[in-house]
Formats: sequence, C-alpha cells, structure tokens
Amino acid sequence: MKSFYDAIKTDKQEKVMTLYWEEEIETLPRVGLESIQLKRLQHLVARVYKTVAPYREKMDAAAVKPEDIQSLADLAKLPFTVKEDLRESYPFGLFTVPMDQVVRVHASSGTTGKPTVVGYTKKDIELWAGLMARALTLAGATAKDMVHNAYGYGLFTGGLGAHYGIERLGATVIPVSGGNTKRQITIMQDFEPTVLLATPSYALNLAETMDTLGVDPKSLSLRVGVFGAEPWSENMRDEVERKLNIKAVDIYGLSEVMGPGVAMQCLEGDKGMHIFEDHFLPEIIDPDTGEVLPPGEKGELVFTTLTKEAFPIIRYRTKDISRLMYETCECGRTLVRMEKVTGRTDDMLIIRGVNVFPSQIEHVLMGTEGVEPHYQIVVNREGNMDTMAVEVEVSEDIFSDEIKALESLTGRIQMDIKDMLGVTCKVKLVEPRTIQRSEGKAQRVIDNRKL
Amino acid sequence: MRVEQIAVFLENKSGRLAEITAKLAEQNINIRALSVADTADFGILRLIVDNVDKAKTTLRSSGFTVGITNVIAVEVADKTGGLAGVLKTIKEERLNVEYMYAFVHKTGENAVLIFRFDDMDQAIESLQRTGYKILTGEEICAL
Repeated sequence: MKSFYDAIKTDKQEKVMTLYWEEEIETLPRVGLESIQLKRLQHLVARVYKTVAPYREKMDAAAVKPEDIQSLADLAKLPFTVKEDLRESYPFGLFTVPMDQVVRVHASSGTTGKPTVVGYTKKDIELWAGLMARALTLAGATAKDMVHNAYGYGLFTGGLGAHYGIERLGATVIPVSGGNTKRQITIMQDFEPTVLLATPSYALNLAETMDTLGVDPKSLSLRVGVFGAEPWSENMRDEVERKLNIKAVDIYGLSEVMGPGVAMQCLEGDKGMHIFEDHFLPEIIDPDTGEVLPPGEKGELVFTTLTKEAFPIIRYRTKDISRLMYETCECGRTLVRMEKVTGRTDDMLIIRGVNVFPSQIEHVLMGTEGVEPHYQIVVNREGNMDTMAVEVEVSEDIFSDEIKALESLTGRIQMDIKDMLGVTCKVKLVEPRTIQRSEGKAQRVIDNRKL
Repeated sequence: MRVEQIAVFLENKSGRLAEITAKLAEQNINIRALSVADTADFGILRLIVDNVDKAKTTLRSSGFTVGITNVIAVEVADKTGGLAGVLKTIKEERLNVEYMYAFVHKTGENAVLIFRFDDMDQAIESLQRTGYKILTGEEICAL
C-alpha cells in the first residue's frame, strides 16, 4: 500500500488532502483570530512605545498612547513607518532589545548605498523558521521532501530564511544558493529534489539551461516550486509550470517585516496568498491619503508585526499594491488572502530579485565626471531574464574621437553600478537631447516587462 | 603641421549620416575625407572639411555632439606600396596608430593618409625626419 507521502508525491498536481502546519490557528474562526491579534497588538504597541524612542516620538506627535488601542480599528490611529524611518535609524536604531539578544541581522539595499538593517532574536529566528515551515506546508511540502533552495544566501533574507524553515519542516535542504546553473541542474539530476525555491526569473533560467543541456524536466523529481522575491505575472507562472513541469506557487515576504514567509499561496485556492495574520496584521490604504480602505479594495499594503522581538514594525508601508480577500479559502484556512502584487507605489525596480532605485543609478552617473544628468533606465525581459540598460547622453565633455575612450567610459560606469547595486547592466551612450525631458516628475524608468 | 578633424557622435540609427551631410551641404561645406568607426551601439563620424569652424557650429546647433581633434595628413604617391612604405616607417619608429583613413587627390597622382597617433609630436618629428610630406589644413583644402 502506498504511504501517505507517496500518495502526495505521485499524485503531483492533484489535491489529495489539505495539510496544515498549525491547523488550529490556520483555520481559526475570524472572531478568535482577531481577538488574538488585538491582544498581541496592544502588547506590541506598549512595548515599542516604551523601548524605541523614534516610535514614541512619532506617537506623541500624533497624540496617541498605547492605551488608545482598544480595537483593531484603532490601529489606524498609529503613525505609519516608512523606509526612510529605517534609514534614519541606521543601522540598529529601531531595535527593541539590547544587541546581546540579537542573534542575526539581515539587510536590504538602500537608495544611497546605505542598506536598511533588520535584526532577529533567537525567538524571532525560531518564529521565522516556523512560519516558513508553515509556508512550505501550504505548498504541499513535508518532511519527506528534498528542497533545492536557490534563493541567495547572505544579507538577503531569502536564502537563510527559507533554509531554517526547510529544516524546521524536517525536509532535507540543499543550500545551493544562486548561480552556477549547470551545476544546479546536475544536483537536481543526482540528488532528486522534489521542491524548488527560487526567484521566478531564475527558475526560467534553469529551464532554459536544461533545454540547452538536453535535460528533460520530466526526468527530474521536482513537483512544486515556491517562487518569490520579484514581481511576476500569471503568464510567467504558466510558463514556469509548463517549462519545469511543476506546480508554481507564490510566496511573499520582505525583510522589514521578516523575510520570506509573511504570506503564502496554498495549492487549493487558485488566487492570492494567505497572510500569516496571527503574526502580521495587514491593512490596505490609499497611498495618497493614507486612509484605510474597505476590504476588497486595491491599495498599498501595510504591515504591523505582532510578535517579533528584535525588530517589530508598526504600520510599515510596503509600497506594494494589492488587495485583501477575507472569504474562507477552499483549503479551509481562514487567514486572509492578499492578491498577487501587481505594482508598486514608487519607482523601485526589482531586477533579478535585487532592489534598484533610479536614484542609485543617478548617484553613480553623477559621480562620473562629465556625465550629464540626463539618463533613462530601460528594463526589459529578454528571454527569461530581466535586463537593465542605462542610457546616458553623450556630452562634449565625455565625447572622444576614439572608440576605446568611449567604451572604457561605459565599462567604468557599468562596473560602478555593479559594485554599488550588485546588478549587471548595460550602459548605452545616446545622442544629446534624445532622452525625453521632464515636465514635472522625470520619467527615469521605462519598464517593458509585461508584468 | 596638424589638421583639424571634426568628430561627431552617432547612435546607430538610420538616416543620421544623411542628416549630417545634408546640413553641411546646406552651408556649402565641402567634405574632403571621412571615416566612420562603429560599435554595436554607436559610431563616431570623423570628417576633414574645408571650414572646420562653420561645420562645428552647424552640427552643434543641429543637436550633435561635436569634437575637434588634431590629426596628421601625410601625402604619398598613389602607387602600389605607397601605404606600405609609410606603415613600415611607423613601425620602425615605434609609433602607435590610434586610427587612420585615406583619400586620393583629384589629380590621382597622390594619396593622403590621415593618422591619429597616441604621441602626435613624436609622430610629426619621425615622419618629417624620414622624409614624408606632411600637409597643413590649408593645403588639404586647396587640393
């Protein structure tokens, strides 16, 4: 007789039965869930007000005290937290515990080269591992699985965040990280992983490399892929599923809130990701007015962490555009679902999983002698990879009658951008006045990706 | 001893060369020689014209990035081995050529080689010492 796990594995894309990691909390009636949320929120606000001066100052300025939080709706009384608040307190200013209790830090790239830093206590790491294990369970993964973790390991939360969750689940983790694609495929052939974790564009790169090497994805053991860290379309999901012969599901997370494992798509519901609301309280606001929008409306996603110790965050504006769906899912979970992120309120670009702000590019260009402040960033998806080209107008200051002088200039800018952002881009010289001039807000970015 | 050359930045877009030559023709500027160096994304047009200042003003006001650089014009007999002789000298004198191009006189007797060296002073000294005729800007325009 087939074991339970074998049944799941052989019955690849079909629903066998819903697996829960923490069934009680995942399926708790909303009244119960909301009462837990309120208790945790009150406790958090009191703690943050007491321990973190910048939060206290903002709350005092808004004339709101921790005691004013009497219902979940009172959350709207609290001031927002934005990325700039994190920068102002760089690196550890918003931590609520002494550094001897912080066991790990992660960082994301910042606009002027300064990253935003987040920290975790031992308990935070354990919480994160548990939530990531819960996320993997939503994707149908179990202790019997072998997980190919191709998220980057390092300051980026993706690699290590997923890693601890895989171990917590009891599955086997292959900490392969990003890059060295051919070797990754050999590992897939030899180790026979069943679950793939990667950015969607890297998944397509893997598929393309398999094609080049003559490796049939059907000959591999992969069953499901958990993809996140960059925006991707439903069309791309279809392409990933078809090319890798797997089920492709969405994961959502951001370092300011925790990392991967904030929200996760289940196998049953065909739309949206369940937010792990027992630990993260979501809101949707009008990005212009800051007003909280009614359920179901599209707007900017805002998160408040309910249980994190070292780096809790109150009403963090993610700049991600989504909407919340409160209907109980086919999978039986009562946890609210957020729609796939369709855009951002600012112009931050995510290129192959790396955050890129036009202002960072500008910073490099303006640091290059003779380069005019007329530039444009053109993002394309060539094949399966995001490509970024920076167009720079050729002024008489940088012009030369020799090709090699101009090529060494573009090479130098490319290298500086790579050094600062960690992203390879192409620098293209264009004739003067060919880049459209601003009539108010400059359009620095032309994003041709069909997202 | 040096000749002024106009260099123009060109994106690889159709019609750019036609546009430049039309602008120059409108201003009665005569092109004596030209070369285009190109990469996948851009090109550099190099021109020897009979009125450098006017050409520069014209192209600049049409929105082109224009640079003036000095080059050396060497006159050789238009016969087999003419270029080979100069290049042999350049090699023996250890001169480094950044780029070169050539044109032939109307009379057909002589050819003019346009050179850009990394060390222009050294090049002029070497070529004169080895007996080559270096043309001035006026001489080129008068050809």
